[in-house]
Amino acid sequence: MSNPLKDMDKPDTIFAIGTNMTECHPVAATGLKKALTKGAKLIVADPRKTHLAELAHLHLPIRVGSDVALLLAMAHVIVREELADKEFIAERTGGFVQFEAHLQRFSPEWAAEICEVPAEDIEQAARWYGNAKLGAIYYTLGITEHICGVDNVQSLCNLALLTGNLGKEGTGINPMRGQNNIQGAGDCGAVPNNYVGFQPVTDKSFHEKFKEAYQQPEMDLGNQMTKVTALNLCGANEGGIHAMLIDGENTVVTDPDKNHCEKALKALDHLVVIDIFLTETAQMADIVLPASAWGETDGVQANTERRVQRLRAAVPSYGDSKPDWWIISEISKRLGTPGFEYDSAKDVFNELCELSPIYAGLNWDNIGDGNFQWPVPEEGHPGTPILHEDEFKDGKPGLFKVIGYRDPAEVIDDDYPVWLTTGRRLQAYHTRTQTGRASGIDYLLNEETLEVHPDDVADWGLIDGTMVKMASRRGEIELKVEATTRSPRGTVFTSFSFADTNVNILTGSGYDPVTQTAELKVCPVKIWPA
Amino acid sequence: MINDPSSNIASALSITVDGKATTFTEGETIYQVATRLQKDIPTLCYDDRLEAFGGCRLCVVEVEGIRNPVASCTTKAADGMIVKTAPPKIEKMRKTLLEMVASENREIDVDPLRGLASQEFATLINRYDARSGRFNGAKSGTSNLKDLNPFILRDYEQCISCYRCVRVCAEQEGDYAITVANRGFHTQISTEFNNDLRDSDCTFCGQCIQTCPTGALADKKALRSEELPEPIKKTRTVCPYCAVGCSIDLMTKGDKIVGAQPAMDGPANKGALCIKGQFTYDFIQHEDRLQKPLMKQPDGTFKEVDWNTALDAAAKGFADARAKYGRHSIFGIASGRAPHEAAYTMQKFIRAGFGTHHIDNCSRA
Repeated sequence: MSNPLKDMDKPDTIFAIGTNMTECHPVAATGLKKALTKGAKLIVADPRKTHLAELAHLHLPIRVGSDVALLLAMAHVIVREELADKEFIAERTGGFVQFEAHLQRFSPEWAAEICEVPAEDIEQAARWYGNAKLGAIYYTLGITEHICGVDNVQSLCNLALLTGNLGKEGTGINPMRGQNNIQGAGDCGAVPNNYVGFQPVTDKSFHEKFKEAYQQPEMDLGNQMTKVTALNLCGANEGGIHAMLIDGENTVVTDPDKNHCEKALKALDHLVVIDIFLTETAQMADIVLPASAWGETDGVQANTERRVQRLRAAVPSYGDSKPDWWIISEISKRLGTPGFEYDSAKDVFNELCELSPIYAGLNWDNIGDGNFQWPVPEEGHPGTPILHEDEFKDGKPGLFKVIGYRDPAEVIDDDYPVWLTTGRRLQAYHTRTQTGRASGIDYLLNEETLEVHPDDVADWGLIDGTMVKMASRRGEIELKVEATTRSPRGTVFTSFSFADTNVNILTGSGYDPVTQTAELKVCPVKIWPA
Repeated sequence: MINDPSSNIASALSITVDGKATTFTEGETIYQVATRLQKDIPTLCYDDRLEAFGGCRLCVVEVEGIRNPVASCTTKAADGMIVKTAPPKIEKMRKTLLEMVASENREIDVDPLRGLASQEFATLINRYDARSGRFNGAKSGTSNLKDLNPFILRDYEQCISCYRCVRVCAEQEGDYAITVANRGFHTQISTEFNNDLRDSDCTFCGQCIQTCPTGALADKKALRSEELPEPIKKTRTVCPYCAVGCSIDLMTKGDKIVGAQPAMDGPANKGALCIKGQFTYDFIQHEDRLQKPLMKQPDGTFKEVDWNTALDAAAKGFADARAKYGRHSIFGIASGRAPHEAAYTMQKFIRAGFGTHHIDNCSRA
């Protein structure tokens, strides 16, 4: 997030797109609800009538995957009606002239056809956001899990740049990250393109720095590989992946196209999984190593607002389980890799702070209970709750990106005439390896359903509460249908939380070409009575 | 009072509390000023996250020039005001009030597992020595023990109608799931149509049980460990689910996790939690947990082995792959659920071990 959670009650206009915040980030949503009681306007763009959409002054139930069209048209209206912040554009941005020329073609009427919402509503949303004194954007995976995820994010950036809603309290572009430490995984360099602290692996100076720090003379300059590519190359003769270490990810249930994932992992010579349960993925491993769980280990995690917080052990590790860092270090030492002589989580954290410019001012002892939001470039620095206050990264102007609309990887047709979109529910987390084992949750949520508009239930010859079959080009599952107006006509929803209704057998139609994020939010399907 | 323009503090607003003059900012209540001066004014309906309510009358103070005591939580401080927070007359009134409230409840002492604020009532009863039993009032509130939800105990015989639950649900959560029915002795905290919570707008965030000062709304799940003899220990940590990063205190008795409470000073949540942070901690001591390293046997089953055996075999597999296919044949997937130290060592395992960038995490799915 560019702005802190505590300021979520401050905007006068909120634009929430692709975020089911009251279910997926309920505590953050309380901030928005407080803003509403103070009189803020809420615009929600989401195909589904989520609880957040019910709270909205304007709900745009756009067709799944049509976000770029909506955002282009909103920018078009903001420019046409002279709601743009000319001073901000002049002082802090670049590329506006090309962007302005590009926008002319994308009228609300054009977008209305694609998004399947009225042009007047698009205009209203643009006017509200364009007129905001303090306009804030919030989004979640409804923006990123598309083949055009990067385009979606950059389109949101364009809107913020256009209106100057950046770098001050109560504004910003605020992604709500999904997992407790997904921000931290990136911060720590567990991504192919960056070393710890987002230092690009393609940069020669960082290449030299880490060659030395890690005592690895063979270190590649660039040549990075994502998980998506790795899974495609498992067992391949040329340039194949043949051994894998997976820490705490239930890959075969959470990732798209389950059959493809299983086939990939089966093709490995050697698979080691570190986890706390014998997950579906762990069951495929040659060796399973039991990790200490949350509540059993000391450590650090970073939240969605870049706040670095301490985790503490409250109870001993279960059985013979050990902390992840210990397990990984022991394997590394046995491979003869230098630099793994850690005695504690503190040793590991302090090393990563020393190597990371954005954590340079942090160490195990000064982070307290979340005193800092990175970047903290040196000791004594107060941290950075709001990004982009006076300038953008490295003092460069914020560039408008010229983006066009693209259809999803697969679109509905006569064979697969229904849009499927997937997500989460309040009472379950991901594949329920944890919440599914917490006592009491079953009382509230004990099975998954397919949410279908009542008129579609009738039209498609289904009966509410009975089993239906749903198939995509990749597979078929069976689940119970629930008639509800949360789903719009022609679009159905289910979560990926229940293994017996594993919707990721169906997903996996395409990937963003830049990030290789899967298009989990769009999948054409057909549905019929079981 | 005539302000002396030559004085620095002349224009500052001033109030005298128990003989001590102090400044305050416009809008502050007497209670807020007094609390700043370390005055321990008793309250039952007060929660500093909520709009002051002025319902319990325990926070009344004496203000010079005003005949009747005023509720300090709702009365704004005024320039020149002279306040006494605990003169004998007020203290006597507080004791009588507490004796009357106590007479309406089934019991005073409740298990601290019931909730974060559950000891407030008993603490005040002790402070004011108010167990006299002088009053024999009617009992107020009827418990709803038919609601079989596994999380929230609705023990309304302990309710004192402070409305903190109703207010936290509305003001803090924005859910408006809890309502008040009737008035006086018949006041009843309830849900719309007196439904089970499951059939109301309740999201089971647990905020009502944590703000309840008597344990009338209580943590049913934590109370399962009421009989364990060990003292409750609290450990400050951060919720393991979404990336809001709510601070919580994990409650343990001995080596058993018995509950979770929100941290009021948590920088990301300021005392708020959702159902997952509040109630789904117990996966960590679930019997399905892996206890020992496992190695797959030729028949496809797993066999428990010791750490050395498992780690040697794990390392050998990677060494073999490197020897047979080269250093680019190995890939690592880090977790977005594990701490920094896990993610950092995972990427170092790949980069320092093989000199490649064959490392990713679960953010692409």
